[in-house]
Amino acid sequence: MNNFEYAQAPESTAIVDIKSEYGLFINGKFVAPKSGKRFETINPATQEVLAKVAYANELDVNLAVSAARNAFTKTWSKMPAAERGKYLFRIARILQERAREFAILETLDNGKPIRESRDTDIPLAAAHFFYHAGWADKLEHAGVGNNPKPYGVAGQIIPWNFPMLMLAWKIAPALATGNTVVLKPAETTPLTALLFAEVCQQADLPAGVVNIVTGDGTTGSFIVNHPGIDKIAFTGSTGVGKAIAKAVAGTKKSVTLELGGKAANIVYEDAPIDEAVEGIVNGIFFNQGHVCCAGSRLLVQENIQDELIEKLKRRMSLIRVGNPLDKNTDLGAINSASQLARIKEIADSGDLEGAQRWSPACNLPTKGFWYPPTIFTGVSQSHRVAKEEIFGPVLSVLTFRTPAEAIEKANNTQYGLSAGVWTDKGSKILWTAQRLRAGVIWANTFNKFDPTSPFGGYKESGWGREGGRHGLAGYLKAGN
Amino acid sequence: MRIDVMKTYKLFINGQFPRSESGRVYEITDSKGKFLANPAHGSRKDLRDSVVAARAAQPAWSKATAYNRGQILYRVAEIMEGRSEQFIAELIAQEGLNPSAAKKQVEQAIDTWVWYAGWTDKISAISGSTNPVAGPYYNFTIPEALGVVAIFADGKPSLLNLVNGLAPVIASGNSAILLAHEKYPLSAITLSEVLATSDLPAGVINIITGKTAELVSWTGSHMDIDGIDASGLSSKQLREVKELGSENLKRIHSFDSKRSPLRITSFMESKTVWHPVGI
Amino acid sequence: MTNLIDGSEVSLRKFLSNLSPVDQIGAESRAATLATRSIKNESKNWAIDLAIRMVDLTTLEGADTPGKVKALAAKAVRPDPTDPSVPSVGAICVYNDMVKVARTALDENGGKNIPVAAVATAFPSGRASIEVKIQDTKDAIANGASEIDMVIDRGAFLSGHLGEVFDEIRTIKDLCGEKAHLKVILETGELVTLDNVRKASYLAMLAGGDFIKTSTGKVAPAATAPVVYVMLEAVRDFYALTGTKIGVKPAGGIRTTKDAIKQLVLVNEVAGPQWLDPSLFRIGASALLNDLLMQRMKMRDGYYPSPNYVTLD
Repeated sequence: MNNFEYAQAPESTAIVDIKSEYGLFINGKFVAPKSGKRFETINPATQEVLAKVAYANELDVNLAVSAARNAFTKTWSKMPAAERGKYLFRIARILQERAREFAILETLDNGKPIRESRDTDIPLAAAHFFYHAGWADKLEHAGVGNNPKPYGVAGQIIPWNFPMLMLAWKIAPALATGNTVVLKPAETTPLTALLFAEVCQQADLPAGVVNIVTGDGTTGSFIVNHPGIDKIAFTGSTGVGKAIAKAVAGTKKSVTLELGGKAANIVYEDAPIDEAVEGIVNGIFFNQGHVCCAGSRLLVQENIQDELIEKLKRRMSLIRVGNPLDKNTDLGAINSASQLARIKEIADSGDLEGAQRWSPACNLPTKGFWYPPTIFTGVSQSHRVAKEEIFGPVLSVLTFRTPAEAIEKANNTQYGLSAGVWTDKGSKILWTAQRLRAGVIWANTFNKFDPTSPFGGYKESGWGREGGRHGLAGYLKAGN
Repeated sequence: MRIDVMKTYKLFINGQFPRSESGRVYEITDSKGKFLANPAHGSRKDLRDSVVAARAAQPAWSKATAYNRGQILYRVAEIMEGRSEQFIAELIAQEGLNPSAAKKQVEQAIDTWVWYAGWTDKISAISGSTNPVAGPYYNFTIPEALGVVAIFADGKPSLLNLVNGLAPVIASGNSAILLAHEKYPLSAITLSEVLATSDLPAGVINIITGKTAELVSWTGSHMDIDGIDASGLSSKQLREVKELGSENLKRIHSFDSKRSPLRITSFMESKTVWHPVGI
Repeated sequence: MTNLIDGSEVSLRKFLSNLSPVDQIGAESRAATLATRSIKNESKNWAIDLAIRMVDLTTLEGADTPGKVKALAAKAVRPDPTDPSVPSVGAICVYNDMVKVARTALDENGGKNIPVAAVATAFPSGRASIEVKIQDTKDAIANGASEIDMVIDRGAFLSGHLGEVFDEIRTIKDLCGEKAHLKVILETGELVTLDNVRKASYLAMLAGGDFIKTSTGKVAPAATAPVVYVMLEAVRDFYALTGTKIGVKPAGGIRTTKDAIKQLVLVNEVAGPQWLDPSLFRIGASALLNDLLMQRMKMRDGYYPSPNYVTLD
């Protein structure tokens, strides 16, 4: 009787022209790597090879850093700030014009649903450039002291979860403040960064202001340890972040870090329950849970647990897992085989430690890397699934009895990136937000981002903020 | 002839004046090499106890109203003013200053407390923001105290640098462990006597005297310290605390002796709160 | 009546005040996301026909005449005279004095199975004495209406007289008895907040309404996606509580096939596929039918039709 089915409504990939092979983008041109090496990047939803990408070794990083230094000294630092800003405006506009192309390429290389790359990643990336463009000639009003100065050359290393958005979070403020850039995209998601290099060319950005070197962690360490780098900006795991902090301890390099999290999402008994369910789903299943600020620990007041979990399960059954290019898809592919293995390993520990696993019935594709939306109930604070960042679509459910207990459990982590709170009572929101030790608090919403809104963590979730006036501070030295 | 009653310089931990648990003292001399005092030679266990006290005191201190914190900082200035003579005498002995230079430094130190006292209820307005996000949300960013901050006090001007270190750290609601400069511990301990009578809750400021080199690594590696003012450290020591501090990503900063609101915000975290706007 | 309340105003108030609040922005955002779903072509054919079967073809004008209503009845039976595969609509919806005309016209045109819905209880404002409202309803039923679209007293609701609103619905429900289905119009555009929409939905369901309906069509905004979303949640949760399925009828502002299919997506995802049936979901509309017919032609013929090929009634 009922044959109401959603169409496979895949975006056509015809708009994207993926080259078989890419060079490094150094000094305004694509060049062959000195390393002579290339590596493959694949579509995690199909395991098809998309392209071969250049591997940057130390020589290549050296070239990129000198190009950036040269551009900083000769061009970028001499240019009137307002003109610098115009380049950022240009970039923002070109990103808007080519948004569809970027969205499809992002989905191909990353595995995230096209709905997210189309509606979130790419529009926000463009918005970041637009926002920061306007700062370029207003830096004396940024609250970081009089006559603030750029550091010089910024080395930037970004993760694979939001490749283009993280690029924008890094490059836009760096350029607006007058720094030049050597950026390394993640090993598994280099393609949109390389397409961005074309945007820099279309915008006629002076050669060497942005350099993009592809490679792996070793390439990243060449950037971190390069004496010609004045500032390091890194987004990624807490482990690597700590190693970077240690590596630059004896140098004058300035460092900002956006690291891991294990966010508590607190649902009080008086929450708007249907919207809380949506917020929980958005908190942990957005971008397959590959989100440093994911609401991965649900803290629910014990007296509404049954109702909430029942509603959550019903809602989870509606999550559409599958082809990321399908506009109806809610949950796409896990980004890589190694990430899938990590998710499985930690989630399996949940079974072993006695938590109860539940996933809705769903047919996962046979090729590619997939993990179903999963919740663990009966989780206690000491379980690995409650403590470790899984970075996948796996939610741990814990309960609390009183607001004080909610705060205590929420803060009982070495992380402090984000947290959520759901209640219809205004004073309780502020009470809770005040006590949560986290850099971003979403009250009655979750996983919202905006270029005007500072983002970053307390404790071991990082150093500094990105976005807003606060984000500029990471790229400026207070002058006299 | 009357024999002077000499002062025993002890540590200041959790509002008390204990001797070092190690029982150790070390000798300091004036600028001419004459014996001055045997201040406590603090140990890693004294540091540990100070961190416990600072951690316990911090939540209530940061929850006190900014107005209240401002009044307490101002109260410190008031009490210090009353003990100016003692601070002057110690500076003359410790730093070999002439009386007018010593007096000037004491005045600057007192005025620095007053300056930061005035910041407690303004720093949020200066460093916070409301953010016009593109959507139906109200979004604001406020600075909050970091937590427990260790301060390696810089040398000369030794009294002023104590205040330069302490005042901005506690103004925002942090608690502090001050590691006094090895050569100039006397002002630090006399300052602690001022603090003890200034309505400052116990544990908000703890002061340890002793050998800096012994405590650098214990401080850098202590996992319950959130930030370090490393102004008094050599570049080698700075590297060491930064390397050790990377384990819990301590916020580590060094400063020159200028007053600045950036000194306050360096030991604060920005918290951004989102909420929908609807009916 | 359900056993959720004991019929007293105290228990009604207690029940309604215990409902979970609605966060407007969150509800709007979810409704907007669902609006981006696209459905298969084969499903689209099915969905268009389903939507036609769900249409309460409506005329509620001061200028309504017997001639106008007869034409409407003919269209209701055979929306596209050139294509007998097009199903009849769900009902026709008229003012009380046109019920007899409509009933007769339907019966004479082979539309015996198509119900006539009458708006009642001093539609659209609801501002009249209870005696007038009772008479209004009695007349409609006596003239052959088998569905009553009553309006609630929004004034009473907004001034907190929930018991009055409840009693009025119960009174009308008793008049309907077995003879007529009761649709309760909340006029959500006047209730304004989604919290009120949820509260009024439950109130109407508790009082015995068979359907909850968004709007009279005389007040804007009418059947917005967030309002329908919240009402669908209400029937879903009410079913979980009581085992009784209540229908939902958005009315006003749904003019295109795209709008209608978005409504069906909401139904499918929020209340569930069981509600994808004219017995549980109706769309109050007039212009919508022609757009559905034109889309149907487009799907059938493979090219875009002209409005000249659908009848204007």
